[in-house]
Amino acid sequence: MRSAAAVAGIGATEFSKESGRSELRLAAEAVLAALDDAGLAPADVDGLVTYTQDANQEIAVARETGIGELTFFSRVHYGGGAACGTVMHAAMAVATGAARTVVCYRAFNERSGRRFGQPDARLGGEPSSQGLEMSWHVPFGLMTPAAWVAMFARRYMHVYGATSEDFGRVAVAMRRHAATNPAAWFHGRPITLEDHQRSRWIVEPLRLLDCCQESDGAVALVVTSAERARDLRRTPALITAAAQGSGSGQMMMTSYYRDDMTGLPEMGVVGRRLWETSGLSPRDIQTAILYDHFTPFVLTQLEELGFCPRGEAKEYVRDGGIELGGRLPVNPHGGQLGEAYIHGMNGIAEAVRQVRGTSVNQVPGVHNVLVTAGTGVPTSGLILSAA
Amino acid sequence: MTGQDMTGQDMTGRDLHELAGKQAALGEVRGAPGPDPVNETMIRHWLEAMGDANPAYLERGVAPPAMSQVWTMPGLARARQATPVDDVLAALDAGGYTGVVATDCDQTYHRYARVGERLTPGTRFTSLAGPKKTALGEGYFVTWTVVWYAEDDSPVAEMMFRVLKFRPRERRQPYPLKPAAGRDTEFFWEGVRRRELRIQRCLDCGQLRHPPGPLCPSCRSANRGHTVATGEGTVYSYVVHHHPPVPGRETPYVVAVVELPEGVRIVGNIVNCRIDEVRIGMPVRVTYQAMDDELVLPMWAPREARC
Repeated sequence: MRSAAAVAGIGATEFSKESGRSELRLAAEAVLAALDDAGLAPADVDGLVTYTQDANQEIAVARETGIGELTFFSRVHYGGGAACGTVMHAAMAVATGAARTVVCYRAFNERSGRRFGQPDARLGGEPSSQGLEMSWHVPFGLMTPAAWVAMFARRYMHVYGATSEDFGRVAVAMRRHAATNPAAWFHGRPITLEDHQRSRWIVEPLRLLDCCQESDGAVALVVTSAERARDLRRTPALITAAAQGSGSGQMMMTSYYRDDMTGLPEMGVVGRRLWETSGLSPRDIQTAILYDHFTPFVLTQLEELGFCPRGEAKEYVRDGGIELGGRLPVNPHGGQLGEAYIHGMNGIAEAVRQVRGTSVNQVPGVHNVLVTAGTGVPTSGLILSAA
Repeated sequence: MTGQDMTGQDMTGRDLHELAGKQAALGEVRGAPGPDPVNETMIRHWLEAMGDANPAYLERGVAPPAMSQVWTMPGLARARQATPVDDVLAALDAGGYTGVVATDCDQTYHRYARVGERLTPGTRFTSLAGPKKTALGEGYFVTWTVVWYAEDDSPVAEMMFRVLKFRPRERRQPYPLKPAAGRDTEFFWEGVRRRELRIQRCLDCGQLRHPPGPLCPSCRSANRGHTVATGEGTVYSYVVHHHPPVPGRETPYVVAVVELPEGVRIVGNIVNCRIDEVRIGMPVRVTYQAMDDELVLPMWAPREARC
């Protein structure tokens, strides 16, 4: 599959707190924008992929956008952890001939509609395997993403001596990047470490500014063969490697029963696969898009992916280490903390821009970009490269 | 007695007994005569309703003695006549003793009431006893007597009547954060209801496991039982939840991953401890909290008293 497929087009709506439109309309707008970017028509599309928690069925998106017959459709599981997985599924479909042109999309009114950050008492209500899993946590009021992550963060701080300020440096970097990105919700609004430290507790040890925002918006990506992509309107972003990963003893956000609680073994699985199948190593990555719904897991990912040894990410992020101009600029678009929370899909679009050399916060000399998806859940990752 | 007292809002047990004393001192209070004289139509209806086939009543023109109350019942359209019992019952209602159940009814019959007679009730408030703890809840026993008189003032029948006025047990608000339980996990929640912390144990290889599931994680045997944990543990990690508000919970509250000496971890709340004193490594012991009438949750309190 290596470099057999490429991302040929990206599209998005504006990112807001109140889109004023249906989620299906957002999905259709983003899909059409991505096709336009690629120079393709809806009739060219024969595959659609999204991921769980998206309210828009593939067939509904096809109807709205004028995509006719589909020969491939797939819905990847585990919420935000599936973001890069959609591209992997699309690339596999293209590589095997199951489809020629696949659009991956994510659309939601996650701020004005159903907010994932709010507690949902129904989480533990059903005796499905997930409901039973949640039932060990929800009755105790451990039922928001911030709370689930905070439990890992506390242990990580205890074992490695990381502090709230170390988490804060991630937020400062993301907001610095968003400040110069006009598409970002927090455009023109950087923060200082003091702002972070003064922000209120959400779930200790996480403060408000450790938590990503909630957003309305949609993003879509067009995946086709690398060969065909070369003939299209835009510079292709080759899919050098794509991987999904689940760790042993895996749970949804609450894998507290494994030997260790300071890592993200599922991201370790993804990282190993990406490096093995691409033949690349962290040294070959010029910028990384790391899933940043909560700051502590950015540190953990740097360690799991091999950018630094375990427990040393706190040093890695000091002195602007993950900021533009640092040793590894992370999320030049501002990430989900700064640009928007579109469940990681907006980060993949930024990776494509970085490969094309068209980002507003362009990192110089980009050849390979590493992208990750949701953390704490079964996850996925990509390496996108310039041709 | 002031209007405020009569509402009973601020009535103590002593006030209630004082009111009861006053009402008893009123002695017997006569009501108005029954609206209709004793009559054959009503007797026939009553006998049919009761399934009493004895022809003697209608043949002799007398009413069954158990009908005594019937002749002076207030009916649906007429205003109830005041009796000395009313104020006591109203005060108990106002005091929250809104439940009522009849406990005793003794009737004494002096003679048959004859067709054509018009009966008049006389009510005497007898006693108030309480507060008493009963299976229904805390309450007062209220006793009174009624005598039914003929037009010549001779008693025809009398009745001692007693009710329990009780404060209904408040059903607790259902706790909104219910766990789902299935065939693989029900034993845990059953244990918690019995104040036991049950950990799944493989009956083949002895491996313990939490959270539980259908198979042994070590040998994949489905032959499982459980062991009851000692109830001790140490805090492995914890969070303090501040925002957003969570239904059924008051913020801030602490949730911890607790490591048990048996070798498994379990999630629960830390209670009976100042939030700023919770630490990783803190020794805790299980305690149980009833969240509503059905759900009990295991929680964790510091082993050394800290607060």
